[in-house]
Amino acid sequence: MAAHPDTTAPPPGSPHGLARPDRVRRRDVVRTLFGVSALNELQYRVNFFLQLFESLVALATAVAVVALVFLYTPTLGGWAPWELMVVVGVHTALGGVIRAVIQPSMQLLMEDIQEGKLDFALTKPIDAQLLVSLRRITVWPLVDVVVGLGVVVVAALQSDVSVPLAGALIFPVALALGAVMIYCLWLIITTGAFWVIRMEHVAELFNGLYQAGRWPTGLFPGWLRTIFTVLVPLAFAVTLPSEILTGRAGLLALGGAALFAVGLVAFTRWFWRLGIRNYAGASA
Amino acid sequence: MSATTSVAPPAGPPPLPRVGRIRQMADFYATVSRTAVQEQFQYRTANTMFMIGMVVEPVVYLVVWSVVAEASGGSVGGYTPGGFAAYYIVWMLVRNMNIVFTPYGWEFRIREGQLSGMLLRPIHPLHYDLAYFAGWKVIAVLLWVPIAVVLALLFPPELTVNLAQATTFLVAIWGAYVIRTLLLFVLGMVTLWTTRVAALFQLYFTAELLLSGRLVPLDLMPDWVLRWVDLLPFRSTFGFPIEALVSDLSGAQLLRGLVAQVVWITFGWILAMVVWKRAIRRYSAVGN
Repeated sequence: MAAHPDTTAPPPGSPHGLARPDRVRRRDVVRTLFGVSALNELQYRVNFFLQLFESLVALATAVAVVALVFLYTPTLGGWAPWELMVVVGVHTALGGVIRAVIQPSMQLLMEDIQEGKLDFALTKPIDAQLLVSLRRITVWPLVDVVVGLGVVVVAALQSDVSVPLAGALIFPVALALGAVMIYCLWLIITTGAFWVIRMEHVAELFNGLYQAGRWPTGLFPGWLRTIFTVLVPLAFAVTLPSEILTGRAGLLALGGAALFAVGLVAFTRWFWRLGIRNYAGASA
Repeated sequence: MSATTSVAPPAGPPPLPRVGRIRQMADFYATVSRTAVQEQFQYRTANTMFMIGMVVEPVVYLVVWSVVAEASGGSVGGYTPGGFAAYYIVWMLVRNMNIVFTPYGWEFRIREGQLSGMLLRPIHPLHYDLAYFAGWKVIAVLLWVPIAVVLALLFPPELTVNLAQATTFLVAIWGAYVIRTLLLFVLGMVTLWTTRVAALFQLYFTAELLLSGRLVPLDLMPDWVLRWVDLLPFRSTFGFPIEALVSDLSGAQLLRGLVAQVVWITFGWILAMVVWKRAIRRYSAVGN
């Protein structure tokens, strides 16, 4: 969004030290948004234990499912039990990032579009995409990130998983790229609200799709694998980091994922701008 | 609602004769479910999205278990890939029949004061939920048919059905619906004692996922799990209706499954009434 310095500039030397709104620094805004959200949630500390309980129940369920599958077969599509647990760990960790950082802001965005309250975000003197993407952050699901990464480490240390050193080093990069791609997908779907308005089941839609990521995408028939690579990039986001850590994929695949991520980010940006141009508002 | 209620004299309506009450109830159910159809029909996009999100779950199970079946020589626990295809396509319909008023919704009903309004009506809120979600099923089934056709083309199912199976299935999906409505109603009532219900609900839904036949046909579960399954209502709400159609159950087995459903409906109804009586005493109105 272009700023409106004439109307919204605070007087020079104002308490928050912002001389001109177009100089508002992104870093400060991000830090403040995270800080406020964290403070908000740290009031409710019992929620930490509830979240921990929830994470452990979900993990136990995932383990039960994996155990059930391996009751009938020694490997699943070439994946040994502990290797599949790497996938479960990555899926859990990334799921935590989604529920902590991505989903809450996107749902707020959806509500604001529906109720016409997005004006308040669009008129702020900072890039609107950045703002709407970080306005609401819930910290407790980050427990899932810790639990998930713990599972990844435990599973990777098992004797029947061979972790190449290079794989261990580029694993965090692959995971970060995965989070970016999932964010893009969420924003693209949410931007659809500018046209569709009523999107209340979108979380179910997305979480339903995300559940597929618990399994390596190589298991799926070709057409479905294409969907889970291009349309819903679970292959890049969950399977690829697991493949890198278990020595199934290397730098080349990571390079491909990076290219895809760049393209997706650019498309998301373009689509978001198309969306806000379509926004009429309701409050003004 | 029928016209008889709106012209009630101020002193309160005289008790209706038995036939009148049944008619009145039937009117109520017909009207509420028709409203639900009309209401939900407005939100086709939302409902379609809901269905797409829902179709992923069975497809993933289907793919995974088909891979397992092929890896272990063509079938696992008596299910071939075609058998799994039949199971999980019917699964989707039963999953739709499983949608009832969510226990998470009670917090909203209490917080927003909706429950006060419901209490003023001469009909138990449970009837309202039963009627409303029964109506929604019409939309859900309409949306299921094309999805089932596409899935059947992608994953050819092996399915032979006789008349007894088909009849049992048609009855059992409604039995499943009523049982699940009652159980989740009871679960939702816990909200009147404490608002920290998320953990309890999650435990319930996890147990349901594993022990109902939703995750996997229960025949594939180890024996020690099946002993728990027999003591719990979950199979009646999910696995049984599917098995009635896709497994080769004998007439006696079909009948036993239906009897189990009747037992759980009776049990659920009594439990719901008892819990409701106690829970509602704890309700203090909030909102307008």
